[in-house]
Amino acid sequence: MATLTHQESATAEYLEVTPGTRKNFMLIIIAGVVMLIVGVIVSLFGGGGHEAAEGAAAAHGATAAHGAAAAHGGGEHHSSAPWLKRIIVSLWHNNVFFTGVSAIGTVFMAIQYVAYAGWSVVVKRINEALSAWLIPGLVIMLVVFGLNFINYDLFHWTVPGIMEKGNADYDAIIAGKSGFLNVPFYIIRMVIYLGLWIYFTKRLRDLSLAEDLHGGTAYFHKSINVSALFLVFYAVTSSMSAWDWVMSVDVHWFSTLFGWYVFASWWVSGIAAVTLCAILLKQAGYLPLLKDGHLHDLGKFMFGFSIFWTYLWFSQFMLIWYANMPEESVYFNQRLGGFNGQYTWLFYANLAINFVFPFMVLMTRDAKRQMIMLKIVSIAILIGHWSDFYLMFMPGTMKGENGFIIEIGIALIFLGSFLILMTKRLAQASLTPVHHPFLDESVHHTT
Amino acid sequence: MTKRFALGIFEDEDVLLHAVENVREAGVKIYEVFTPFPIHGIDDALGIERSRLPIAAFFFGLTGLSFALWMQIYMLGFDWPMIIGGKPHIALPAFIPVTFELTVLFCCHGMVITFYAISKLYPRWKTPVLDVRSTDDKFVMAIEVNENTDMNKLTQILRENGASEVNQKEMSKF
Repeated sequence: MATLTHQESATAEYLEVTPGTRKNFMLIIIAGVVMLIVGVIVSLFGGGGHEAAEGAAAAHGATAAHGAAAAHGGGEHHSSAPWLKRIIVSLWHNNVFFTGVSAIGTVFMAIQYVAYAGWSVVVKRINEALSAWLIPGLVIMLVVFGLNFINYDLFHWTVPGIMEKGNADYDAIIAGKSGFLNVPFYIIRMVIYLGLWIYFTKRLRDLSLAEDLHGGTAYFHKSINVSALFLVFYAVTSSMSAWDWVMSVDVHWFSTLFGWYVFASWWVSGIAAVTLCAILLKQAGYLPLLKDGHLHDLGKFMFGFSIFWTYLWFSQFMLIWYANMPEESVYFNQRLGGFNGQYTWLFYANLAINFVFPFMVLMTRDAKRQMIMLKIVSIAILIGHWSDFYLMFMPGTMKGENGFIIEIGIALIFLGSFLILMTKRLAQASLTPVHHPFLDESVHHTT
Repeated sequence: MTKRFALGIFEDEDVLLHAVENVREAGVKIYEVFTPFPIHGIDDALGIERSRLPIAAFFFGLTGLSFALWMQIYMLGFDWPMIIGGKPHIALPAFIPVTFELTVLFCCHGMVITFYAISKLYPRWKTPVLDVRSTDDKFVMAIEVNENTDMNKLTQILRENGASEVNQKEMSKF
């Protein structure tokens, strides 16, 4: 409604994470562990020999199709048992997804600060809480990168000798990338990206909490400067982290807009996570100031950036499809029909769930203002973009030996831990930033 | 046909917004409000129904989409088939950019033309303006009146809600 009266007073309200909720999060983790164990058992005893032979044959077929890489193949010999390899790859996949989504909390907030946007103030604390995964994200990423060295399951370019001329594993293309893709520089970059994200997240969070205590506009202006600086760093590091963490899995292949593509995936998932969290809090009786108008704007973001993601997806696909150069089209060969066509259904499902579904469902104004619609779409987007990352990692690492039980199990473990950390941070401060200068504007937001 | 209007002139959009609510609550039907710039929330305050323009937009978009697909499939697939880049004659991925652009083109042009037509925003010899100051710095609330209207009471209601002046004006073709 358009009442501009100032009778709605904003009072601090604190989230209480009940033992029941905490138990539910633990149940998610336990379910994940059970799935993981079941997955490992199935992988160990489920006629592994036959599958492995089939997988190897399929992998061989794919390698033959991909002319530039015909020289390599030495790396294929010494990989881990399928179950171990799946766990390592899946840990990496989930951590890249969850860490990226986590960073979006800070990015979203920074963009709102720089744009002097007022409407988003009521969901600001959710953004702050979303970034709680960054520190564990860095730790897990370093550990899993270490696990890679058991059998070089994740990154083919880390195989020893692959960059030495005369070595049996020598690969000229990979050797040409040694200036960028070498282990010390890779680890330094990883620490720099996540270190910067963690530093700016902490800085914005501290300013926000100090503002809660003391009020005034000084913190707000300072936050704008910090946000602007962060966005400059993030613009570069998000792209570079996508090359490092995702694209270097398919080390022969490259795509110039891949950084944006990965960012779009993280970004739309992050917004879906914020929306879902806001709706769940609202339905639990929190966030009294959150109205239809705010949900409408979040819905527009989800709708718009689902299209944006599709735009980048298609830009990448169409150019590669049209030019049809072997070193580029191998990426889509593997996903469309490669490995006995086992990624093909996911390739199309990815487009359906991440583009067609949000596009059709969120097209009307009414749908963007209904909690149930937004809830369904945001869950679909989160699952869809998790699968999008699955599709980025699996063909390059697991080849034809991919699966779902272990992967979903690990995803559930990550989800439960993520929720525990996020709700913990959400409970630390008032859900409404009571002294934010734009709070009043946000309360009276109409669309 | 000539209509007669009582015009309440307001100096501030916040005052106007509250006046709109109070005047409507007092049982007076507001004909239209003229403001120099869009005011947030005034549609709700006036009780204006939501525009059906998005529905028109959807169908314009659909027309553009169908036209673009038909055009490319007919031209490149049947009328004058050519091999381009070793692709099939009807290569859908290659058609998507053109299809997208034509969908947007049809959609926005259709919307603008529809909007101008239904709002009567087209060149005319004489544009009816109730008070020219509504294009500068004043906010004008127009209320249709006739012989039976109690002008004193209406003036009082408008004055009480912050109108700086209350005028009357007759207007034909409105």
